[in-house]
Amino acid sequence: MNKDLKAISRDIRCDILRCIGHLGVGHIGGCLSVAELLAVLYFEAMNIDPAQPKKAGRDRFICSKGHAGPAVYAALANRGYFDKAELLTLNQGGTNLPSHCDMNRTPGIDMTAGSLGQGFSCAVGIALGSKLEGDGATIYALIGDGESQEGQIWEAGMFAAAKKLDNLIAFTDYNKLQIDDEVAKVNDIAPLAEKWAAFGWNVIDVEDGNDVEQVSEAVRHAKLGIGGGRPTMVILNTKKGCGVKWIEDLGAGNHNCKITEEQAEEAIRVIRGED
Amino acid sequence: MEMRAVYAGCLAELMEQDRHVCVLDADLAKASGTRGLYERFPKQMFDCGVAEQDMASIAAGLASYGFKPWIESFTPFATRRICDQIAISIAYAGMNVKIVGTDPGISAELNGGTHMSMEDVGVLRSIPGMVIFEPVDSVQLRAAMPVLNAYEGCVYMRLFRKELPDVFGGDYRFDLFKADLLKEGKDLSIFVSGFLTKDVLEAEKELAASGIDAEIINVHTIKPIDKETVLASARKTGAVLTVENHNVIGGLHSAVLEALAEEKVPVCAVGVQDRFGEVGKMPYLREAMGLTVENIVATAKKAVGLK
Repeated sequence: MNKDLKAISRDIRCDILRCIGHLGVGHIGGCLSVAELLAVLYFEAMNIDPAQPKKAGRDRFICSKGHAGPAVYAALANRGYFDKAELLTLNQGGTNLPSHCDMNRTPGIDMTAGSLGQGFSCAVGIALGSKLEGDGATIYALIGDGESQEGQIWEAGMFAAAKKLDNLIAFTDYNKLQIDDEVAKVNDIAPLAEKWAAFGWNVIDVEDGNDVEQVSEAVRHAKLGIGGGRPTMVILNTKKGCGVKWIEDLGAGNHNCKITEEQAEEAIRVIRGED
Repeated sequence: MEMRAVYAGCLAELMEQDRHVCVLDADLAKASGTRGLYERFPKQMFDCGVAEQDMASIAAGLASYGFKPWIESFTPFATRRICDQIAISIAYAGMNVKIVGTDPGISAELNGGTHMSMEDVGVLRSIPGMVIFEPVDSVQLRAAMPVLNAYEGCVYMRLFRKELPDVFGGDYRFDLFKADLLKEGKDLSIFVSGFLTKDVLEAEKELAASGIDAEIINVHTIKPIDKETVLASARKTGAVLTVENHNVIGGLHSAVLEALAEEKVPVCAVGVQDRFGEVGKMPYLREAMGLTVENIVATAKKAVGLK
């Protein structure tokens, strides 16, 4: 494994805090929970070229839980798609970095998303497109656990399996929390692995989705499934707000919460081990 | 020939010419007339099953990959049911997807109120960038299909499935953004969309007999409406009638009113009076909704009387 991935996920986490802290409010919890996944995808797994963000045949990443836009922007900036200074324009009028992913504004964003459930179907369409073109691309998609309550997620899951889209590797950010409360209390999606298996998907259950080694291993394993006729769902058991104790402790309250620049800087110091 | 057969034939030609043209169904390929294309174009025809939301967003994904997808279903399921998918996955994302809703308004006949969309144009008209087109006959449909396919963006086509009498002849020239003048007149402008165009032409004879010289304009593209033509005609005649197989709220009538908002002309409407549909055959439904030649004549006279 690339030993730098842990450091990269730390950089992504710090940049998420920096840009949302600069703004004062944002979808912090569900951004921090996917920092490791983004490090693995953008710095290890994906066949991409930041100098050619629209290159034909590239691997694609669709963030169907579109509110994790700031996390993806942090990953893209670290990967060299645009200057890190631009991260501080998040959600300012006229920015290229809106709260929810917009393919027409941000270099490196492969699909617009924000209305939950839809990005996942788009990813399925993209995986189908790649199959039709025969370009050998791998299509990665990220959905939320709360998002998995959308019926469209399961429509897309059914279609992807029926059409044998084994070039599609999806991830569920299973942090167990959604806006109103715990997912299990609001409208439980368990047993999640069994559901995806029943839908005809390969399922990889990652015990700690905030451990880069485990995520990296899961993605490597998922790639072995390409050619096997089934799409793969990687369930990442994550912690919403991961990496910042007081944000984690907010529980469901960290979905979209306030954070001052000082709080962000303090959290960054802790993450960097400087305190 | 049935409109759906003409439509399917045109799609076949487009798919033959370009492997990126593809069609997605939600278990209504038979109704849309495209079931027969599956064997011939196995890599361009996809049935998503009864999952319209998925169909719309999959089409957006394919469009983002350079494909030119057409999605089709009955009018209510191709519009109001997937309004958010059309708004976000397709329109907001700027995806090149064509949406075809079949059986508009009362033409859903025996499927009744649940399948009888009186609001589809209204639902989609307020989404930015949407183009809304409704053909009047097979001549116009045939002329429009390659134009719609070549248009980069989202177009909604309201497609009457069954056979329709021809309005246009073989010399017809189609412009997606230009309304068609069918008859010049000086006393009243009638703007009509869809199959009721034939009825308006019928009504015109009676109006002429009553001494009213009506100008008849087929507004095949309801959005963006050809404001220039609408304004010029209304200013010339001084009275307007709109005729549509749709709720008078949100459709052609509303579009014409918006175009004429700053004009001092009466604008009367023949259309569905803000009510849901119901089961029945066309003659019954025409009477029930007031979509008759008699009502067109009566409302036209009223409009002229308001001058």
